[in-house]
Amino acid sequence: MEFKNPQQELERFRARLVAAGGFVLLCFTLLFARFIWLQVVQHDYYQTRAEDNRISLVPIVPNRGLIVDRNGVVLARNYPAYTLEIVPSRTGQPEQVIDGLAEIIDIQPKDRKRFRQLLEESRNFESLPIRTRLTDEEVAKFIAHRYRFPGVDIKARLFRQYPGGAFASHLLGYIGRVNDRDLEKIEAREDAANYRGTEHFGKTGLEQRYEFDLHGETGFEQVEVDAGGRAVRTLARSAPVPGNNLTLTVDAELQRIAEQAFGSRRGALVAIDPASGGILALVAVPNYDPNLFVDGIDTQNWKELNESPDKPMVNRALNGAYPPGSTFKPFMALGALTLGKRRPDQAISDPGFFNFGGHHFRDDKKGGHGMVDMYKSIVHSCDTYYYMLANDMGIDNISAFMGSLGFGSRTGIDIDGESEGVLPSQAWKRKRFKKPEQQKWYAGETISIGIGQGYNAYTPIQLAHATAIVANNGVVFRPHLVKHITDTRTGNKTLIEPQPVRDLGLKPEHVEVIRNAMVGVNKEGTGARAFAGAEYVSAGKTGTAQVYSLKGADYKAGSVKHELRDHALFIAFAPAEQPKIALAVLVENGGFGAQAAAPIARQVLDYYLLGKRPQAPAPVDEAAVEEDAE
Amino acid sequence: MNHGTGLAMLRNFAQRLVAPIDGPLMLIAGMLLLLAVGMMGSASPERLNTQLVNVAVALVVMRIAAQVPPQRLMHLAVPIYLAGLLLLIAVALFGDVSKGARRWLNLGFMRAQPSELMKIAMPLLLAWYFQQLEAMPRLRDYAIAAFMLLLPVALIARQPDLGTAVLVLAAGFYVIFFAGLSWKIMIGMVVAAAAAAPLAWTLLHDYQRNRIITLLDPEKDPLGKGFHIIQSTIAIGSGGIFGKGWREGTQAQLEFIPERHTDFIFAVFSEEFGLLGNLLLLLLYALLIGRGLLIAANAATLFSRLLAGAVTMIFFTYAFVNMGMVSGILPVVGVPLPLISYGGTALVTLFIGIGILMSIHGNRMLVQK
Repeated sequence: MEFKNPQQELERFRARLVAAGGFVLLCFTLLFARFIWLQVVQHDYYQTRAEDNRISLVPIVPNRGLIVDRNGVVLARNYPAYTLEIVPSRTGQPEQVIDGLAEIIDIQPKDRKRFRQLLEESRNFESLPIRTRLTDEEVAKFIAHRYRFPGVDIKARLFRQYPGGAFASHLLGYIGRVNDRDLEKIEAREDAANYRGTEHFGKTGLEQRYEFDLHGETGFEQVEVDAGGRAVRTLARSAPVPGNNLTLTVDAELQRIAEQAFGSRRGALVAIDPASGGILALVAVPNYDPNLFVDGIDTQNWKELNESPDKPMVNRALNGAYPPGSTFKPFMALGALTLGKRRPDQAISDPGFFNFGGHHFRDDKKGGHGMVDMYKSIVHSCDTYYYMLANDMGIDNISAFMGSLGFGSRTGIDIDGESEGVLPSQAWKRKRFKKPEQQKWYAGETISIGIGQGYNAYTPIQLAHATAIVANNGVVFRPHLVKHITDTRTGNKTLIEPQPVRDLGLKPEHVEVIRNAMVGVNKEGTGARAFAGAEYVSAGKTGTAQVYSLKGADYKAGSVKHELRDHALFIAFAPAEQPKIALAVLVENGGFGAQAAAPIARQVLDYYLLGKRPQAPAPVDEAAVEEDAE
Repeated sequence: MNHGTGLAMLRNFAQRLVAPIDGPLMLIAGMLLLLAVGMMGSASPERLNTQLVNVAVALVVMRIAAQVPPQRLMHLAVPIYLAGLLLLIAVALFGDVSKGARRWLNLGFMRAQPSELMKIAMPLLLAWYFQQLEAMPRLRDYAIAAFMLLLPVALIARQPDLGTAVLVLAAGFYVIFFAGLSWKIMIGMVVAAAAAAPLAWTLLHDYQRNRIITLLDPEKDPLGKGFHIIQSTIAIGSGGIFGKGWREGTQAQLEFIPERHTDFIFAVFSEEFGLLGNLLLLLLYALLIGRGLLIAANAATLFSRLLAGAVTMIFFTYAFVNMGMVSGILPVVGVPLPLISYGGTALVTLFIGIGILMSIHGNRMLVQK
């Protein structure tokens, strides 16, 4: 055992103290080296990171451009309102937060549903609305309780509003919240920076097609933020530039009268200014209220719209393809003249049917129309004349001529969703069918093409477009809805008014024959009852398109179910010599064109040419007869 | 009784009041307290008054501790240690759980954190242990000392409270070190510890492991576990040489620094006063430690020497671990910046330590042999 030696013990202890002191100095030197590394060597880097922390670029969403009609009537605008918004990435369980909020502010189950839907579709760190359009009282209530809800805030936002409600919805379209598909479009334009903070995007109609004109330029605010992301103060600001305004060729009042003329019936109407291609009215009814979509439509409304048998979401004017029926006849006649297959005065004898290979193609009038020339064939809508004509022309001649009038191809109108329709031809049939025996075109199939039946299927806008081309003597303009785009910054107007697309080179005397015959229709033919007493000269043609094929039996409108009744059609232009408007009307299951479609056209033309406002929706003329049903 | 005698009595009282207080130590601690007040005014002004009360209480406790002679402390060593140990066992059995750890004991009238007591009790006990040995300590004695040390450390680490465990372990180790544990054994222990590290890894709690992972690569989880370290290093780095100025630190004032009035107050200081401020702080701590070591060198008994040395090194451990973790070179363990972080408990413990140092200094060897 080693006894204690105080002196030795003390010396050893002091040596240990020196060692400890040395260790302390070593460690402090190490710390100091670390500080030099962070505060001198890496200072710039950390300085930048501190600034990045502190400064946040907050986008300022520009006001979306307005949409106005040709006379300045506002069809789509913005209005400011307060929304209550949640940033889910900062609140944690949104359901609990919403439960808490529901104690102060009225939150309906549909609000919750919509929020859940938005949450599923949302990008990260997005602020999502739980309630829109708060009242001032609700705003005040929330502000008083705001401290309880981090990550929840009131925002003043501009909302898109379509003041007319369902009015003109199929041409205006609507905006909805940005989704992944929209983001791809934005990325494709390399416009992501300009869309930071933008929450809405045009989904259909003009809102969609002119999205990038209407959007505007996003402004930015440099703000100092705290770790919670709340803005402390503004450091710099660049103002947003509002989106460009669209001025339409559409006449809102005409559009309104046309929509109302349909009453509760389904159908479409397209009215075009033949001299420019500008669309004056584009009706597809029933329509829907686009305002429902702006904040995300709730499931109940969505279900109603989607499951309605009337299919209000379908834009019948562009997307519905219907057999043109007898409205096809003037175009057939013009084709015959142009191709030299008929002279105007050349008459045929109509026994009431056309015999082809043992099959009787029946005329609507028992016993026939007797001797029929071109004028009479149109005025009285003689089927036999066109059975023979179609047979004489052949399917490929018909197809080529009708193609030149725009049938069977998209007109190029400036909204999406146009369908091509069906312009039958040998080539079309080969492509359409798979089995070799179905791919062959049979000469017998050409016969009913002549009266607008058979494989024929065209959209109402194609029909209106072709009518406008004839009214404009064969000079073709692209149908369009936007007249000009106004740059809100400079006030400069960019005219969309296009140059003629092409000139069909129709002979004026041929067009004159058709014009005369169509004037005859409204004077003494199938359109005469609808246009009785008109103070202008109009050219028209009725049409009836079969929905239901009656095998030999007589068609009696009253005896078939409504959905199987014929579609009523009417085309017209007026004034006949100097056409200012050309149109096509379709009434689904309306019966004869003269009964249901012609009176609608009359109301539209009366307003456009004379300023006459109808007192009620267009009447159905039960007494009108149609000589053209097969 | 005339005025002269009254004044004399007052002077007498004042002299007796300040007599046990060591001037240099008080001066350094006072300067650190001034910094503490300044930092609280920047990091958390609403807590300034509470902290001033804490400081006052701590100073009173220090003055009392300074008057207790080392001999009396030596007699208290074993009872305090045993009491602390029993309380730690009680905590393990009946303690309150707060923030996922069982640290507090509810005594009915107050909640106590017995692990805090161990920071003083541990060096007291071990210093007493080596003092009462009649011969030079042999390996067996060191082993007994180590056992008495590791028992409470294990209990504290299990709570879990890694920060306090590290401090208590360090406090006890310093006594053993100053008592003369041979370098060979210490080096051997370091090697053994390195070898045992994988085993220790499996014994750690998930959150403790995460802290170590986070230290190695904070950017891996910038919004989660790495957030504290990333934000505090940004604060320090962006402070530069001269700092951003008092209450001008954006990281601090915009609340990017977490726990900015407690464990991470150094980041606030460093951002606002820069490298020069850090140098001043390091200097003050170095002076405090230097003064403590000097007191240890001149202490009268082995007990006093060991106690003074260990208490002094506790200050070093606090300062080094805290600044190391805030600047990203040590894992984040709950260790405050000594004398500056907000909170009464640590402050009182530290001032008891300063009081003990003063008492030892008052009873130093008056004649150099």
